[in-house]
Formats: sequence, C-alpha cells, structure tokens
Amino acid sequence: MRIMNAKIGPAVAKIGEWFDRRLQLAAPIREAAEHPVPRKTASWFYVFGSAALTVFLLQVVTGILLALIYVPSAGQAWSSLQALNHDVALGWFIRAMHGWGSNFMVAIVLIHMVQVFLFGAYKFPRELTWIIGVFLLLMTLGMAFSGQVLRFDQDAYWGLGIGASISSRVPIIGPAAVKLLLGGPIIAGATLSRFFALHVFVIPGMLIAFVGLHLLMVLKLGINEWPMPGRIVKRATYEREYHELTKQDGAPFVPYAIWKDMFFTAFIILAIAACAFYFGPFGPTGQPDPTIIQTAPKPDYFFLWLYALLSLLPPSMETPFLLIAPVLVILALILLPFLSGEGEKSWKRRPIAVLTVLLIAITLGTFTRLAQFAPWSPHMNAWSGDPVPDRFVHGTTALQRQGALVFQFKQCRNCHSLGNTGGQRGPALDSVAVRLTHDQLIRQVIQGGGNMPAYGNNLSPAETTALVAFLETLHPAGQSPARDAARDIALGDSSQKTSGGPRRDKR
Amino acid sequence: MSTKTVLVPSSDATISRRGFFMKLGILFNGFAALVLAVPVVGFLLSSITRGRGNSYLAWVPLGRIDEFPEGQTRLATFRNLNVMPTDGKTVDTACWVRRVAGETFQVFAINCAHLGCPVRWFPQSGLFMCPCHGGAYYRDGARASGPPERGLFQYPYKVENGLISIQAGELPTPGAAIASLTGEKPPCAS
Repeated sequence: MRIMNAKIGPAVAKIGEWFDRRLQLAAPIREAAEHPVPRKTASWFYVFGSAALTVFLLQVVTGILLALIYVPSAGQAWSSLQALNHDVALGWFIRAMHGWGSNFMVAIVLIHMVQVFLFGAYKFPRELTWIIGVFLLLMTLGMAFSGQVLRFDQDAYWGLGIGASISSRVPIIGPAAVKLLLGGPIIAGATLSRFFALHVFVIPGMLIAFVGLHLLMVLKLGINEWPMPGRIVKRATYEREYHELTKQDGAPFVPYAIWKDMFFTAFIILAIAACAFYFGPFGPTGQPDPTIIQTAPKPDYFFLWLYALLSLLPPSMETPFLLIAPVLVILALILLPFLSGEGEKSWKRRPIAVLTVLLIAITLGTFTRLAQFAPWSPHMNAWSGDPVPDRFVHGTTALQRQGALVFQFKQCRNCHSLGNTGGQRGPALDSVAVRLTHDQLIRQVIQGGGNMPAYGNNLSPAETTALVAFLETLHPAGQSPARDAARDIALGDSSQKTSGGPRRDKR
Repeated sequence: MSTKTVLVPSSDATISRRGFFMKLGILFNGFAALVLAVPVVGFLLSSITRGRGNSYLAWVPLGRIDEFPEGQTRLATFRNLNVMPTDGKTVDTACWVRRVAGETFQVFAINCAHLGCPVRWFPQSGLFMCPCHGGAYYRDGARASGPPERGLFQYPYKVENGLISIQAGELPTPGAAIASLTGEKPPCAS
C-alpha cells in the first residue's frame, strides 16, 4: 500500500503541476482559502451565506434535472409534471427537492439578511455588498414566483391573473405592462414560455453574476468582525483597525472557520432531502383550465402574507399601497448603508434595529398565519355543507324554523358562522340578537352595510320576516335580546316582539 | 459623445492613427448595436404593439339565446380567436351570461374586478362571490362588498339571428380595452 502511494503520489503531483503551469490558479485559490479572518467570526452565526450559496447550487442541479423532462408549453406542462411525479423514476423526489430547496433558499436568504443587519455588517466599507445582497433577495423572490408559474396548475394560472391585475393598476403604462408580462392579451402559451425564459435563463444568469460579485467583495473586504459594543465604525480608521485585528487575532479561513460552514451546509441539504422525502413534491393542483372555476387559488408559502394584505387593506388604499410600498421598501434597503454607514455595530446598542426586525417578523408572521385559514374568504360550500346545529332550532316556532331555512338557503352561512361552522367573512351570529334590535336586523338584512351586501332584492317580505324572526332567537340563555327603548315608550311594550321561543343553553 | 471627440480634436492633444481607428471601431460597434437593437426591442414589445387599436378584440359566439333563460345567469365558455399551437386549454375562457329580458343581456367576465380570481354565481342569494379576497357583486354586476373598487367587467355583446356574440380576447383588468369599451374608467381616472 505504502509502495503504491509512493508511486502514485508523485504522479498526481506531476499532473497537478502540468495543469497549474498552464492555468496558474493554485496560488490565488490557496491565498483566498487561507486569508486570515478575525478569530471570533468562526461562529455558527456566520454560516447562512455559504448555506444560501449551497442551496442555490442545489437548485441549479435539480433544476437542470427537471428540465430533462419538463415541457414549457401551456398545453403540456401540467402533464409533464404529472409524468415527473408518477412515471419517471424518482422524478417526484427531484421535484420535491427543487420545491423544498426553493422554500429553504428564501428562508436562508432572509435569515442571512437579518443576521447581517443585526451584526452591522452592511456598514462601511461593505455597503455595496449589502446593496448587491438586496438585489439577490429580489432575484430569489423572483425565482420563487416564476417557479410557481412553471408549476403550471390552477394556482399558477390564477396567480398570473393576480400579477396581471396588479400590473394593470400602474398609471398610464398599466395595460401595456400587462401585455408585456403575459406575452399577449391573455394568459396563454406565450406567458408560460416567457416565465420559463426568466426562471431558467435570465434570473439565474443575473444571480450567478451577482453572487460572484458578492463573494468577491467578501474576499476583498474581509468577513465582518464580531461586533463588540462600543467598537465604533469610522470611515477614516476602520480599514486599518480591521487589518490590525486580522493580524493580531486572525486565523486562516480554511480550515479554522470553514468547518462550521461545511457542517451547516450538509445539515441543510439533508434537511431539504428529508422534507422532500417525507412531504413530497408541491402539486401540481388542478389543470390550468380557465373554464374550471371551482377553485380557490392561493399563493405559495412565501407570498401568503401578501395574499392576506390584499384582503385586509381598505379598498381605497390598495392601489397606492401596491404601487408605492414596494418602491419605498427597496429604496429603504438600498439607502440603509448610506444612512447608517458608520457607528455602532453591535445589536446590543441598536435597539431600533432590533425592534424593526421584530416588528417586521411579527407582522409577516401574523399575515402568513391569517392567510392559512383566510377568514376574509366566503366558505363557498357552507350553505349546502354545514347544517344549522340542532340546538338553534330546538323548540322554535314554525316561522322561526322557516327563517332558519331562509338563513341556510340564501347562503348566509357562507359568510356568517353559527356554532363555529360557516364563513368568517362577517361576524358570527350566535348572539346577534343581543347586538341588534328587531328593526336594526331588518335594516341590516335589506340594506346591507358595513361589509354586507343588501338582500332587499333577493328576499320577499315573508322571507325577511321569517329570517329576522329566526335571528332574534340567537342570543345566549339568560341574556335578553336588544330592545329599542324609545319604541317601547312610544308604542308600549307590546310593539316589540320579545324573542320568540324559550332560549336554550347553547354550550 | 465619442463622435464629438473624433471630429473636433482639442487643441492640446493630437490624435494618433491608432487612437483614431480605436475610436472609429467603437463608433462602428455602436452603429452595429443600434442596428441590432431595433429588431430586438421590436420583438420584445411585439405583445404590446400587435394589440394596438384593440386588434386583440374579436366577436366570439357564445351560443343561441334560447340557451339562456330569461331572468337567469348561466356560465358560458368560449374559445379565444387568437390561438397559438402551445396554448392548450388556456384559450378557453368562461363568462357569466345574464339574460335580463328579451334580447337584453349582461355578459360578465369571470375575473373579479379586484385581482382577477374566478367569481361564482349564487342564484339563491343573487350574488357573485369571489373565493380569493372575499369580493361580492349583485346580480347586475354592481359591487356589493369586499375589496373590489368597481363592479364586474362586462363584455360588449350583440344578438344576431338568435345568436349572442361578445367582443372578447383580452384578460379583463382595470386598464384593459374591455373595461374602457363598456364605459368603465380605470380606478385611477375616477
């Protein structure tokens, strides 16, 4: 064995020398690998950048594998995805890796960004590294959205419609922007083809170039030192101080710091593989056939917060918000290193930075959580699927029962819940009689208001009477329904019907 | 700018033969880039320019008017006339046809005026409801509640020889030709 090594070793070295005499890459690579980094940066906090790079490479590899089977044609994309899922050996796994890789990539890029922000790494002289990072984030989100389009199913089709509707609101150029986005007047073959070109050629090409610049600057400017409270960044002195730090307390990047990156990277790849194996690929959902309208499209996980926002914004604020807010956010991110390019780096001395991150995280988290059960959407099948619970009709009069039927048949349940089933668009009606008097109920039903459509044209007087009679029974046991005191005085107690029927204990 | 420096040499710098050809080379490449840019930009913008003057719009038949009972709203589908071989099912489009009375119709786009999700008709309550963000419309397409800022988009229609046709071909969005044809203004104009 040793004899063989003795023979092979010099041979390999000779081949290596032959190549390096021509390529002359060994010296610069060694120099880059062994460049000194501040000892304290060999930390588990500094592993997210390399993890993002690794996941990106994983996406490139799995993406190329998918392209071996996938057909970017509106007529065949969906069936080629079905073939990947069911016919091609391990096609499902590669799709799942690519889908989960996308989720992990967005998450890791965001975590990397938060870490860089909290550690003040965007400050002098690393402003441009940060700005390029902002563009890398935008491209990552662009990849996530265009990837969702390539999974050409119902969600992708209607998601494109939402994208087109948003673009159409841009003043003056809106209609032209829609046609440019869709590649024509409607969502069709040309739309998928151009998103394929974006997802496979344009954005990845830009990503590779920008990642290269980003890495080059990390090498040239050095890894951000561990922020110490009270160590202030000044343009005049920072570079000298950093140089001294790496000289006095530095260690070569390889192997001193890189082993943690390697461990984390391997962990992330295994985590993606585990998710892919356990949860499987994403979709495709139903066929992208616009004549199938029984669908409730939802965006992928990372755009759920936007879905919630679009439902909850007041209508008048929506267009200005959609068109102005993204510009302001991107501008703020780009201007950040110029507005606070010097000063304290440690998050311990930057309470506003910490609070900003927390606020954004909580806001996005809340919106995402809300979007998972979408209380603003009518439950399209509640009126035919969720019966009025027995206890609400037990012991009621014939008129009130007729009202319960009207309540069900006129789809009130799609927006209003009773006994915790039904839509959440409008308020739950379990105790509506406590809130509204007889007259107010009639007015609300006939004229609508708040966020409720008017039902005056759709209810006969008899139906309205029955419905309101039923609604008046909806109050908790022991709590009397709302009464109009003024009317009592004017017309006497008998003018208002007290809620009919004995009240049952509901819970 | 480069032409200026070539043609008007400044007094203190004489131009060498090599420098002159270098600048001429840059100019020549600039010209080649311009020649290339014209068709490239034209190609990229073709999806906009092709549709100038509403040429995307065409009259598409929806069927005989007897298929649509008076006072009812029914789903109809049509095939866009602008078809490419790779379009698959996407050129089939649905719309809601409401026959008000006689030959008076309303043909609503399936797309919610908010963000384009497919609205569903509920005859019992006389409402169109959107599954995405909770928009609702009355039977005549007017906004009832939710985030939409306007009523449903309507296709222009005509009835000839007992056949109803609509003018379609564009995805209805607040800025699309369909919206302006029926007299609706985009939200920013109102």
